[in-house]
Amino acid sequence: MPKKKSDSSVTIAAPPEPGSARLTEQSAAPSRTALLREMLLIRRFEERCAEAYALGKIGGFCHLYIGQEAVGVGAISALRDDDYVIASYRDHGQALARGVPPRAIMAELFGRSDGCSKGKGGSMHVFDRNVNFLGGHGIVGGHIPLATGVGFAIKYRGGDQVCLCFFGEAAVNGGAFHEALNMAALWKLPVIYLIENNRYGMGTALERASAINDIAERACSYDMPNEVVDGQEVFAVREAVMRAAQRARNDHTPTLIEVRTYRFMGHSMSDAVSGTYRTKEELEEHMKRDPITLLRGEMERHGEWSDQDMSALDEEIKGIVEDAWNYADASPEPALESLTEDVYVNSEL
Amino acid sequence: MPVITYRDALNQALREEMQRDDRVFIMGEEVGVYQGAYKVSKGMLQEFGEMRVVDTPITELGFAGVGVGAAMVGLRPIIEFMTWNFALLALDQVVNSAAKMLYMSGGQFSIPIVFRGPNGAALQLSAQHSQAWESWLAHIPGLKVVAPGTPYDAKGLLKSAVRDENPVIVLEGEMLYNTKGDVPAEEYLIPIGKAALKREGDHCSIITHGKMILVALQAADQLAKEGIRVEVLDLLSLRPMDVEAIVATVRKTNRAVVLEEGWEVAGIGAQVVDYIQRECFDDLDAPVVRVHQTDVPMPYAKNLERAAKPDVPKTIAAVKRVMYLEQ
Ligand SMILES: Cc1ncc(C[n+]2csc(CCOP(=O)(O)OP(=O)(O)O)c2C)c(N)n1
Ligand SMILES: [Mg+2]
Repeated sequence: MPKKKSDSSVTIAAPPEPGSARLTEQSAAPSRTALLREMLLIRRFEERCAEAYALGKIGGFCHLYIGQEAVGVGAISALRDDDYVIASYRDHGQALARGVPPRAIMAELFGRSDGCSKGKGGSMHVFDRNVNFLGGHGIVGGHIPLATGVGFAIKYRGGDQVCLCFFGEAAVNGGAFHEALNMAALWKLPVIYLIENNRYGMGTALERASAINDIAERACSYDMPNEVVDGQEVFAVREAVMRAAQRARNDHTPTLIEVRTYRFMGHSMSDAVSGTYRTKEELEEHMKRDPITLLRGEMERHGEWSDQDMSALDEEIKGIVEDAWNYADASPEPALESLTEDVYVNSEL
Repeated sequence: MPVITYRDALNQALREEMQRDDRVFIMGEEVGVYQGAYKVSKGMLQEFGEMRVVDTPITELGFAGVGVGAAMVGLRPIIEFMTWNFALLALDQVVNSAAKMLYMSGGQFSIPIVFRGPNGAALQLSAQHSQAWESWLAHIPGLKVVAPGTPYDAKGLLKSAVRDENPVIVLEGEMLYNTKGDVPAEEYLIPIGKAALKREGDHCSIITHGKMILVALQAADQLAKEGIRVEVLDLLSLRPMDVEAIVATVRKTNRAVVLEEGWEVAGIGAQVVDYIQRECFDDLDAPVVRVHQTDVPMPYAKNLERAAKPDVPKTIAAVKRVMYLEQ
């Protein structure tokens, strides 16, 4: 039986008018340099995280974003400051792109009191209320219904914000995904569900876990607009999320976006980079499409960029990351009294 | 006797039971190609093929149900949860399907299934990944619950679990997989429902289970240097619980500390203490003291995590308290 695509899946809203009142500066087209900068910040930040993990400064599970930088950066560049972002445990990149200070994230990873979650959450649980970053969540698929709930609250209050929800391709096989998308479509909620399809769960390839390979098509069950995007092209991601945000703001329609990307590292710092589940050759092939290299190439073609510019930028970014490291290292451990704080909020009636 | 890891002991148990009975299969996330998230099922895909070593999508609710359905019609599934934190998603099938099927069908459908995987905290995995669920599971009539803390117990109990005609929960430990111990080369089973005395003493009993057995034994070693002779009872099974063994040790020492990894409120220790007060009221020389995780979600920071977990110093302090040696 041919797979029926819902009509809505081909709907592509017109790109936003420049200067539209609805758009804040953040979603007014950023320069290539601005996006490159953010991607490079994530890359260098994650590289230092790997070092810190090896030194035992970061513990537990630590999932890096190397290879996927264009996804978080492109997608979040399409949002307004008053929109919401929610992510899985692979959350450093989205948090940085959203503007959570590198110092606060690094201090969180080091388990220190100046961390954005006071050292209680760690790598998988970056939260920052100041920038509407609703967390890193550790149970696969568990936060997808939360995004639907945020969409519900936006509609309830009559707002025109959107909620952008990041999760991996393996999460679409679980019940939470389906329940959440059905309600969002049924109730017309302003949510953008963004699948970061990096081809693998821990060690299970997409084809070994999902009955269909074009996972964006899962949206058809809910008559939800959907599209597939090249996740190594930061502007492609940005534009897809802009279209979805328009749909969400203008008529509260949710969208499912499948972003095809690849992780260059192991699933987490405790897992092998390649091995029984993927070959080194496959990895090397994908690394040829490094999102940062692709954007740089693009800039060179436009005569916007020289190697000198690049090394200056890189030095600057390394400085920011170094500063975050030093800040985290100097931050005190959480006070022992804090162990029993924040279990309940004070609620005297 | 061969000395092997807890992980290899489980692997032996799984392989022996699958060789013995072709109705037995294992299903779960990363059990096959990846050789197990914690390598417990290493080599099994190669030995038994993909019909019997089944990689699933990340669908705990779904594959737990698949297991129960298969058990209803004659198979004997072993369902591996990558950790019990994720098994929360499957609890509906474990509780509402597996545990009750026999009863609500008036004895027609028994469910010979094993649900197994690591339980409790490892290191710095923080709130959503560091939880000990035994009291939740032991609460449910229709389930059996075992929590081996050594390679020997892991192998013998897992084999019994696979052969049991009822749903059996096997609680392992991420921090246990690399620990080593004696495991006989020849076949043996450990009966479900029997506790084991892991150390004899006459001053005070520590009653515990699972990973905390290692903490109890270390505490007992250290206390021995101060002349305090601690008896250590390993419950091994939490449902059914070996009340006789609890009573025997408390009658012998007249003092008890109950140690568990999870939280205090409605924990396993509360049940143990209830048996003690019912059966040994007149034997006690001091109130029973419990050692458990601080009543908070597990924090990430090293120092806070250390403060939250039950450990050797806290156990030693508890023993001294029931012996009126310390406040
Ligand atoms: C419900 C649940 N089951 C299992 C896990 C263990 N686990 C953590 S991440 C992961 C793979 C997820 O892959 P995917 O959704 O594709 O995201 P990615 O890590 O590739 O970004 C698994 C199995 C979990 N955290 N939650
Ligand atoms: Mg993935």
